[in-house]
Amino acid sequence: MNDSQHTGLTIAGKTYGSRLLVGSGKYKDLEQTRLATEASGADIITVAIRRVNIGQDPNAPSLLDAVPPSRYTILPNTAGCYNAKDAVYTLQLARELLNGHTLVKLEVLGDEKTLFPNMPETLKAAETLVKDGFDVMVYCSDDPIQAKMLEEIGCCAVMPLASLIGSGMGILNPWNLSLIIDQAKVPVLVDAGVGTASDAAIAMELGCDGVLMNTAIAGAQDPIRMARAMKLAVEAGREAFLSGRIPRKFAASPSSPMAGRIA
Amino acid sequence: MLKAALSSIANSDIRIMIVIELNGESRSVEKDHSVHDLINALSLTNQALAIAVNREVVPRAQWAAYRFSDGDKVDVVRAIGGG
Repeated sequence: MNDSQHTGLTIAGKTYGSRLLVGSGKYKDLEQTRLATEASGADIITVAIRRVNIGQDPNAPSLLDAVPPSRYTILPNTAGCYNAKDAVYTLQLARELLNGHTLVKLEVLGDEKTLFPNMPETLKAAETLVKDGFDVMVYCSDDPIQAKMLEEIGCCAVMPLASLIGSGMGILNPWNLSLIIDQAKVPVLVDAGVGTASDAAIAMELGCDGVLMNTAIAGAQDPIRMARAMKLAVEAGREAFLSGRIPRKFAASPSSPMAGRIA
Repeated sequence: MLKAALSSIANSDIRIMIVIELNGESRSVEKDHSVHDLINALSLTNQALAIAVNREVVPRAQWAAYRFSDGDKVDVVRAIGGG
């Protein structure tokens, strides 16, 4: 991985300018969704697939008016699915809904309390979807062995959690993420757990190829400002990663020359 | 009188209704109605939707030709905000 000379993020053969991917859930209204999405600078926006509320005003504005597929790459997810079968079905519907679009986010959850991924079902769904021609970005545990398995199945990006979905607890196990990043030949994105800008920067400094978040922006007091903060944090973290940081050491070393001192 | 009534029945459109399950709720539709007719009836024409019958996606190109059967389980979905 780490096509460090390139500035863009390449997923399934397509290059995107932004390394920040954002969700479209939990906003106050569609206008806030639109403005925050814009401020984030993201190119890829996740959406959920849900049954139409029959009888609801059919002319009410829809999400795809706020984040039009002509401008953004829409990434349908399988949020709320607890088994491989439901996840595959959801993405088959999404592909039809988005006119044959194959880039998807797979997440198969384990339970409602942790929203931790159910990895056996995730692997099963990934296999079916890849065989069916989908480009699968997959939410997974921060377990390097499982991440490798998903890559071998043919997933186009692995997306380990940094901490629980919506928890805002930040990067809890940077060492596991580093193991995954070091071995991966596909992009690695932190998906879930980011709480504030420094979390996103840390993920990028570790060498992640991107960060996907929703609650950290939509749940902030000023989501539009936080969207901008996240954009800057992802850029700053990426630049710092590419710059090659100084090694940590216990001894001090002065920044000013010793020669020519007055004292 | 009776003759007129019979003739009226014969000529009128006697609608044979079937019951499908639409997004988890029962709904009567005319037997010969297509997916396309249902979408029109729901005022959802030209919306970004996908439809599956008995968990098999029905591509938009087949909406006009696809006829429901009694007991079909139909999902009509759209994209909403999500992470």
